[in-house]
Amino acid sequence: MALDFSNTTVKAWRRENGRVGVRNHVLILPVDDISNAACEAVSNNVKGTLAIPHAYGRLQFGEDLELHFRTIIGTGANPNVAAVIVIGIEPEWTKVIVDGIAKTGKPVTGFSIEQKGDFETIRQASWKAKEYMHWATELQKEDCPISELWVSTKCGESDTTTGLSSCPTVGNMYDKLLPHGLYGCFGETSEITGAEHICEKRAATPEAAAKFKQIWQAYTDDVIEAHKTSDLSDSQPTKGNILGGLTTIEEKALGNLEKIGKTSTYIDAMGPAETPSKGPGLYFMDSSSAAAECVTLMAAGGYVIHTFPTGQGNVVGNPIVPVIKISGNPRTLRTMSEHIDVDVTGVLTREQTIDEAGDALIDMIIRTANGRATAAEALGHREFSMTKLYRSA
Amino acid sequence: MSIPQLLVHDHEDNVGVVVVENLSAGTDMLCVVTADNSDFRLTAKADIPIGHKVALKPLKAGDTVVKYGEDIGKMVGDAEVGGHVHTQNCKTKRW
Repeated sequence: MALDFSNTTVKAWRRENGRVGVRNHVLILPVDDISNAACEAVSNNVKGTLAIPHAYGRLQFGEDLELHFRTIIGTGANPNVAAVIVIGIEPEWTKVIVDGIAKTGKPVTGFSIEQKGDFETIRQASWKAKEYMHWATELQKEDCPISELWVSTKCGESDTTTGLSSCPTVGNMYDKLLPHGLYGCFGETSEITGAEHICEKRAATPEAAAKFKQIWQAYTDDVIEAHKTSDLSDSQPTKGNILGGLTTIEEKALGNLEKIGKTSTYIDAMGPAETPSKGPGLYFMDSSSAAAECVTLMAAGGYVIHTFPTGQGNVVGNPIVPVIKISGNPRTLRTMSEHIDVDVTGVLTREQTIDEAGDALIDMIIRTANGRATAAEALGHREFSMTKLYRSA
Repeated sequence: MSIPQLLVHDHEDNVGVVVVENLSAGTDMLCVVTADNSDFRLTAKADIPIGHKVALKPLKAGDTVVKYGEDIGKMVGDAEVGGHVHTQNCKTKRW
């Protein structure tokens, strides 16, 4: 009999803005690449804080700069983060990030390096980081309905087993939890190619369908068609996909879409790193199909747990969001089981139904929300990869 | 029921997926259609790796390959029943 999740709760942190977080990070967040060293020094001074170094943030402009700001602000604003130290080279852009994060009501302080140098910046920021660390570690978890979690999905190193087992497992989870008020998110714009007509039909409204189609067409025209050399056969499907038996982009896309289940429909299509604005339900996010970039964008959108089906064995993680890996490929479970949280090989042997696999994933989401470290967390996978739209000035 | 060697998504499909390691040519495969758990048997004509596709019908160059009940591309070479279908004989129609 199907389990009833309507009264299920998890022990999690209720943030100032009412959102529920399942981790309690004190982040040391660089505005730009040249502030990475200071952030890492602060994080080294104050144990338990987390620096997130990255590659960008200087001389960006226009839509690319907006996406950079949105990604950094969204990362700091994520409910898995208790408090944030922001460090940038100069005060103006640092203030943009601080003000963006401060809207959540969480503690955030910015420091800029110009006219001070690394030593003085690190000294000041370390004192504040220590204060935040003491404060954050005394915050207590409370019982929160599972429906208040925001759970995203993206698959990686897909093969034919993902479409048969791990992707429909995620779809089953969404079919069960979305009706209770969960926020869901799927994306991978280029990887929908081949099944875009089916994805369009899974929109809840004509407006959402039109927005999806517009995003997909823009990606196809501006990114794929504008930059491809011969065709995408060398990267979509990837070499790993092909080794796993996937032959065409259509086949890959159809397996990918199994992640949104049988009955779920998406209520809006969003830009990269945007925060859902239409209430509970499933959202499509315009995003790269590269694992770390996609998870980074969804985390910046506010999602607190990520479900990641893999066939051939992707190892990705994220600094602030636990990434739950699901695989049904028996070879992957035999050769790299340290990366897999939910084993659904039973679906292929017909010893486990998709319904049972979906329940197993929901159970793992509950355990992860309650504090279980995912494989990616245990192994130190903290990939933070920002999406860049074009070259800097 | 014993463990199947081949899974097929839908009855309309003309390919299935090998779901066991070390499948060798000549294996009498138990094949299960996941849509309704019905089964049938088929002999593998080649050593086919886990995850790779097997032709359920004779497929000729130009034929549409159907999986999930959907068009996933076209044959650019032939495959006999029980033969291997992959990049050597199947390609997207898109690019």
